[in-house]
Formats: sequence, C-alpha cells, structure tokens
Amino acid sequence: MHSFGYRANALLTFAVTILAFICAIASFSDNFSNQTPSAQIQILNINWFQKQPHGNDEVSLTLNVTADLQSLFTWNTKQVFAFVAAEYETSKNALNQVSLWDAIIPEKEHAKFWIQISNKYRFIDQGHNLRGKDFNLTLHWHVMPKTGKMFADKIVMSGYRLPNAYR
Amino acid sequence: MGFIGETVDSIKAIKIRQLLTQAITLGMIITSALIIWKALICVTGSESPVVVVLSESMEPGFQRGDILFLRMTKEPIRAGEIVVFSVDGRKIPIVHRAIKVHERGDTKEVDVLTKGDNNKIDDIVLYAEGQLWLHRHHIMGRAVGFLPYVGWVTIIMTEKPIIKYILIGALGLLVITSKD
Repeated sequence: MHSFGYRANALLTFAVTILAFICAIASFSDNFSNQTPSAQIQILNINWFQKQPHGNDEVSLTLNVTADLQSLFTWNTKQVFAFVAAEYETSKNALNQVSLWDAIIPEKEHAKFWIQISNKYRFIDQGHNLRGKDFNLTLHWHVMPKTGKMFADKIVMSGYRLPNAYR
Repeated sequence: MGFIGETVDSIKAIKIRQLLTQAITLGMIITSALIIWKALICVTGSESPVVVVLSESMEPGFQRGDILFLRMTKEPIRAGEIVVFSVDGRKIPIVHRAIKVHERGDTKEVDVLTKGDNNKIDDIVLYAEGQLWLHRHHIMGRAVGFLPYVGWVTIIMTEKPIIKYILIGALGLLVITSKD
C-alpha cells in the first residue's frame, strides 16, 4: 500500500485530473470576456469580371479591410483566424459563401489592422449569375484557444454590388 | 533476481478462482472503456468524437499531437468551420477549414471546398479523382474544442507499435501478479 508503484500511480492520477480541471476552467473563463470587435470593408476596384471557359463567372477585386479585433483576445487565446467571405444568393443556390482572404492573427498587437489586398482566393460562381449581383461581405473570426472550446462569430456588411456587365 | 523469483512464485501460487476474478476485472475495465467510447459517439453525433492532429497543415493553430473534439449536428455547414472529412479511398481523416460553401436552394445539399490554414493551395488535390467538392456525407464532424499535446501518446503508439506491445504486456503482467 505504501510502495513506490502505488504512490506514483496515485500522484499521476491526481496530476492528470487537476490538469484536466484547469483546462476546463480556462476554457470556461472565456465565456466572461467582453467582446467588441469592429470592421469595415471597402471595395476599391473591380479588377476584372469575366465568364470563364468552363462557364462560371469569375471576378477579381481589390479590397480595403480595416478591423479592430483586439477585444477578442483573452489570456486563453492562441490565435485568431480571420477571413473575409462574399455571401450571395442565386436562383440555384440558397447560399453561396466564397472566402476571399484570410489571415492568422497570433497576438493582440496585430489584431488592429488596415490592409489593402486583391482577393487571395478566386471568386468563382457556380454558374454565371454574378452580373448585377448584390452581395454581402462578411468578416468572420475563429478564436482558437490555448485549450478548450473554440468559438466563432462574424460581422456582416451589406450593400455591395457587382457591375451589370463583364469587363 | 529477487523480483523474478517473486514473480514466478506468485504465478505458481495463483488459484483458479482468483485468476477468474482478475480476468473478469480486466474484462470489466476494457468493456467500460468501450461503453464510454460508444456513448461519446452517440452524444456528439460523430463517428469519431475525438481525433488526433497528424499533419502540420493547420499550424500554428493545431500542432501535430493535439487532440480535437468533434461534434456533428444537423445544422448546415458554413464557411470557416473546421471540418473533419474522409475522402473515398483514403483511410485517414483530414482536418481542414471550409473556405467555400454552395448550398442548393431546393435540396439543401451542399458543396464544400476546404483548405488547410498552413497550406498554399486548397484541397482539390486531396479529393478523389475528378471530385471538385465535398458533400455532407464526406464530413464526419466539426471541431469544437481542443487539447494540446495529449495526442502524442497515440502518435507514438501508432508509429512505434513495439511500445504499444510493451505497454500492454507490462499492464497484463501487473494485473496478473497483483495480489488484490
């Protein structure tokens, strides 16, 4: 009952249980953080807008993204994954979400940013429905913790419209 | 030499009833582990409620050796979600992020394109020949939580199976020779 083996076993079990408990509490504490992120996206230019040989519309944009995601960082945050998606509806599809740009924000200091980019991923439709299409630009963020539950949310910005003709 | 002599003595001294009791206890431990695993599958709705991250394609968020908790609900798949999917013909599931989602208006079926955060290109090259999109039946779950480093045990046991055998052998020996 007092051998080294029993003592080591008891110590190890206790240590693992306490560690699991601490991880759970750390994750739970994320629920109490006050989060007030803000963002603005501006379309600076439609670079080109074509119907591709395979029949699908494709558009290339230059975007200006300003965001302040600093309030999302807690002590249990490892990184925040942010991405901008264009969301629109077509006659065939109830919802289309196309990610245009994403970034990994490893620290709070980098979470307040202003960036001007052309779309990192190709904005291709399933079909040729994009002429004159109204769409939303949504900034999504995924908070990846050091341990525990991940959570995600988004800001939807509406009022963007693609041109009526190809260029 | 004393330890080996003691082990041999204790093996000789085992009576049948005691041996059966110990075998049943071992069986109970194994089956209760199985019950917990199956219950987790029911609760989370996913075929594999816990997966180990095997590649570096989601760094720096998920490192090799982390474990992910999965959940599969009836809610539609949306862009940005980290999904675990298996491709026809590949055994090992892949954990990547959905970057494009097209959901049909009438049938609610969904086309999904995924990409690992740390990869330069999207996952088209990983899908089956001629497949351009993932569908709901390919997706086994969404990652909802994670624990770092715990998965290294599984990785070590898979890559060096000899350690698995040593561990099971040692555990078996311990059960047989323990007096209670």
